[in-house]
Order: sequence, then structure tokens, then C-alpha cells
Amino acid sequence: MTTILPTPPEDPTDPMAKRLKPQLSWQGVFSGVMYFLMYLPILVLTVYSFNESPYSAGWKGFTLTWYAKLFSDYRILEALRTSLLVALVAVAVAAVLGTMVAVGLARYQFWGKRLYLGMSYLPTIVPDIAIAVATLVFLAALAIPLSVWTIVAAHVVFCLAYVAIVVSTRLGDLDPHLEEAALDLGATPLQSFFQVLLPQLAPGILSGCLLAFVLSLDDFLIASFTAGNGATTLPMEIFSRIRTGVKPDVNALSALLISFSAAIALSSEYFRYRSERKKVN
Amino acid sequence: MTESVSPVPPTPATPEPEERRSRTQGLGPWILLGPPGLWLLLLLVLPVLVIFELSLVPGIRPGDLVNPSGLDNYVEILKPIYLRVILRTVGFAGASTAICLLLGFPVAYWIALMSPRRWRNALVVAFVLPLWTSSLLRSYAWITILRPTGVLNSFLATFGIPQLDLLNQNAAVLIGMSYSFLPYMVLILYSSLEKLDRRLLEAASDLGATPVQAFWQVTVPQSIQGIAAGSLLVFISSLGDFINPELLGGASSMTASRLIYNQFLGATQNWGFGSSLSMVIILAVSAAIALLIRYGDATPKT
Repeated sequence: MTTILPTPPEDPTDPMAKRLKPQLSWQGVFSGVMYFLMYLPILVLTVYSFNESPYSAGWKGFTLTWYAKLFSDYRILEALRTSLLVALVAVAVAAVLGTMVAVGLARYQFWGKRLYLGMSYLPTIVPDIAIAVATLVFLAALAIPLSVWTIVAAHVVFCLAYVAIVVSTRLGDLDPHLEEAALDLGATPLQSFFQVLLPQLAPGILSGCLLAFVLSLDDFLIASFTAGNGATTLPMEIFSRIRTGVKPDVNALSALLISFSAAIALSSEYFRYRSERKKVN
Repeated sequence: MTESVSPVPPTPATPEPEERRSRTQGLGPWILLGPPGLWLLLLLVLPVLVIFELSLVPGIRPGDLVNPSGLDNYVEILKPIYLRVILRTVGFAGASTAICLLLGFPVAYWIALMSPRRWRNALVVAFVLPLWTSSLLRSYAWITILRPTGVLNSFLATFGIPQLDLLNQNAAVLIGMSYSFLPYMVLILYSSLEKLDRRLLEAASDLGATPVQAFWQVTVPQSIQGIAAGSLLVFISSLGDFINPELLGGASSMTASRLIYNQFLGATQNWGFGSSLSMVIILAVSAAIALLIRYGDATPKT
């Protein structure tokens, strides 16, 4: 985590840095190319969303037709509504449960702790397809009808894990004595939890939530296995459309979603940066 | 983001000193860890057990009675046609891991050791930023680039280079996978290279090592844990990847996850077979993680 700390001023006595700095290295050029390639697909989608010609690669003039079409597309808007509902509810539940996991694991020693730890990180490691299959089969075995709420329940599982990981990292950096001081000064455990620990954890919880929110909005496999016929999330709707080829209105949707996630990513980085700075001061 | 992609769960805060441990735990652990544990048990652990049971039932369809009767579904996987799918899946995962390592190492090296220090954090964030955008749409973007009338071919045509038909080929799947998982590799390699002791590199060069020698004998051994962790993460992610093979690959790029998808949401409904394939994926991933943990611990920390 030291990587995020505001860096100390350059050490003029570091000979390595001095020797390497002015040169234009092949690694630098290569990295430049890789940065370009990382953003190329995003760039292409964005540019094409304004292209008048729907299918050819050539530029046929600027248009906002695809955006207009998108905003009058009932199915897309309905899918977006479903996705947002799923993400908001799942993240809200996961924020509470994930923080409980992080705090509980940091605070208590108990038999089976490693097992519990392993279980809580499992969703981040096991491939989505396996989680999706397992959840579907389990719900079918219990004869639970699939709906938007089964998607939420399944999303809470992985959202919880990501929140727990992010909060754990933050928790590891905290000063444990602050909470103890509060207890010594006569605060009840509940008071010290809500008035001392929680405010310190807030930036971590927030950045964990943003990550979980984006992952929930992005999930295609788990949602399509647990949705049944009742609900369609945005990735499911997009998938069914792009399967059959390139669609200009999906380009417009992509450009919007990409700007949206970039905004979330940057704000998450900002919150983390701020929390790191607070820690140093 | 940094935390989210670590394949090895970060260990929570170090055990507290005696004063803390002596505090009575009481109901605390149950109140804090009970509800999330129950949720995970119900929606993660139990389901995996259920698909294990289901994987023992041959030819089951929704609505049938579960009557575990043997390993037929696992034997089915060994049929040449399915074995080829498994091998192709592992091949894709291995190849995309190699590509990510090859492309990611110079980038991580440059950011960690050669870029201006004050830019480093921004450079890392910039490289992983595309991860925050929809994986579905990023694969879709490659269709726009790779299709016969796409960006790549228009670009090649302006130079008079013959057209490439990459879409619906294995090459397109590899491009998509490598693109999707490269940021993870760079992130993990970066955090490993960033801790590299530069004085060792200096010492090596003072003692007459060429840059190439220094790289292989100092840099690589020092960052071997990062290399192992990054490779494992990319390997696992590629192994379970559904979107890239489905969207960018053709009928000939069938992978395990596509096969599983078809057993449940596709034309061929065979839940037992799909469950056994899922169990194989889960076991493969667990084995890979166990290997990393053993390997990671065995590495001497010089």
C-alpha cells in the first residue's frame, strides 16, 4: 500500500534515477504503445458512436442519431433500471456484511478462522461461470422462483467479498489504540464502533462499495443464470444484441457506460487517495 | 483496485497484543461474522456441494429427481470431443498468461523503475482504468476492430497490406483475453517490482554484469513472487472466461465455460454434465491456488 502514499521529493543522490531519467528507453516506447492499445477499443467505440454510417468502418459524418435512438429504446431503459436496482440493493447489503467480515476477522481469534477467511475470499477467485451454475442449481433444488431478487442475493455474495477485501486493507493501516482509548475513556463498545472505528473506515467502505457497484453492473454470467424469465439486466440485454454483430446504438450505450464507469473509478481512486493522506497526517 | 485483484487474500490485521486478546470475546464474533457467514454458506458453499451431488447424476434435466448414481458425467468429459475442449481451454489460458507476462513485464518495469517517480501512481491507475469499464463492451469493441470490414483492416488497406480475417478465430479469442487480463498482470508485477532493491542492480552493474545478466540474475529472481501471482491470476481468469471465447471466437473455439453455459442456458440441457464440468473448473482453480501458496511460501525471501 506504500504505493499510494504521496511520494517524497526525488532523492538527488539516487544514482540509478539520475542515470536512467533522461534516456528514451525501449521500455518507455513499448509502454507507450501498450497504453495506446489499452485505450484503443474504448476510443474506437466512442468514435463510432458518433459515426453516421451504421456498419462500415469508414467515417461518414457526425451524428447524434444513435444516442437519440438509445434514449427512446424502452428495453434498454428497462434493463438499465433493473441493473441499477440490483447493484444498489446488492451493494447496500454487501457494504454492511462485508464490513462486518473485515472487522470481525481483524478483531477476533477463533477456531476455523482460516476457513472462514478462505470462504469469504472464495467469490473473488472462483470463476463466475462456476458460481453462476452453483447458484442456479441450488435455487432450482429449493424450488425458489428466479427473479430480480435472486440476482440480488447472488450479487451480494461477490460484492461482500470485494468490500471485505478493501475494508480489510484499510483496517490493517488503522491505529488500533484509538478504539482502545475510546473504550478506556468510558465509551461502550457500540459507541466506539460507530463513533471511532466507522468514521475511520468510511473511505475504505466507500471505495469498496464503488468497486462492488461497478462489478455488479458489469456482471453478465451470474445475472443471466439467476434471472429467469422475469428480469433482464443491462449486460444481458447488451449481450443478446451484440451476439448478432455490430450495433451502432450499442456503441452509443458503450460510450455512455464507459464515461460513467470512468467517473466512478476516478472518484474511488480519489477517496482512497484522500484516506491515505489522512492516515499520513 | 489494488486490493481487489490480489489472488492471495491479504491477511487481516496482525494478531493483537495480549491486552486485546484477554478482552472477553463474548457474542462479538457471532454478531459480526454470523450473518455474512450464513449468507456465504447458503449461497456459495452449499450450492457448490449441491452441484457436486448433481454432477453424480447422469443425464439429469430440470425437474428430474436427484439420484446420485456414479461418475458417468466425469467419464463423459474424457470423451475425445470434450477432452479437446478442455485442452483448448487450458491452451487459451496458458497462451494468454504467456502473452500477458511478455507484454506486461516491460510496462510494469518501466512504471516501477524508470518512469518519473511522481507520476508512478497516476501511471498505474491509468493502466488499470479500462478494467472499470464493462468487460462485455471491451470484448465487443474488439469485434469492431477485428471484423473483416473493421478498423484493423481499413488501417491495413491504406498501406496496401492484405486483409486479415481474425474474427471468429482462436487468434481473436487470445487477443480479447490478453487485453482483458493484462491490467491485472501489470498491477501485480508493478507492486512486486516497486519493492525491488535498486542497490542490487547497481551492485550487479558495478561488478561487471551486463544489463541482460542483471535482469535475469537480479530482477527476475527478486520479482518471482509477483510473476507467479500475476500469472496465476491471469491463468485462472482466462480459464473461466466466457465472454471473449463466446463473442470473439467461432464455433471452433469452444471452451469449457461455453460448454457449461450451453448445458444450462443453451440448446443442450444437461445439468448433470454441466455440473461435473463446473466441478472440474473449481478443482482446477483450487489446485492452481494451492500450488501458488506452496510455491509462494517456498520462495526464499532474500
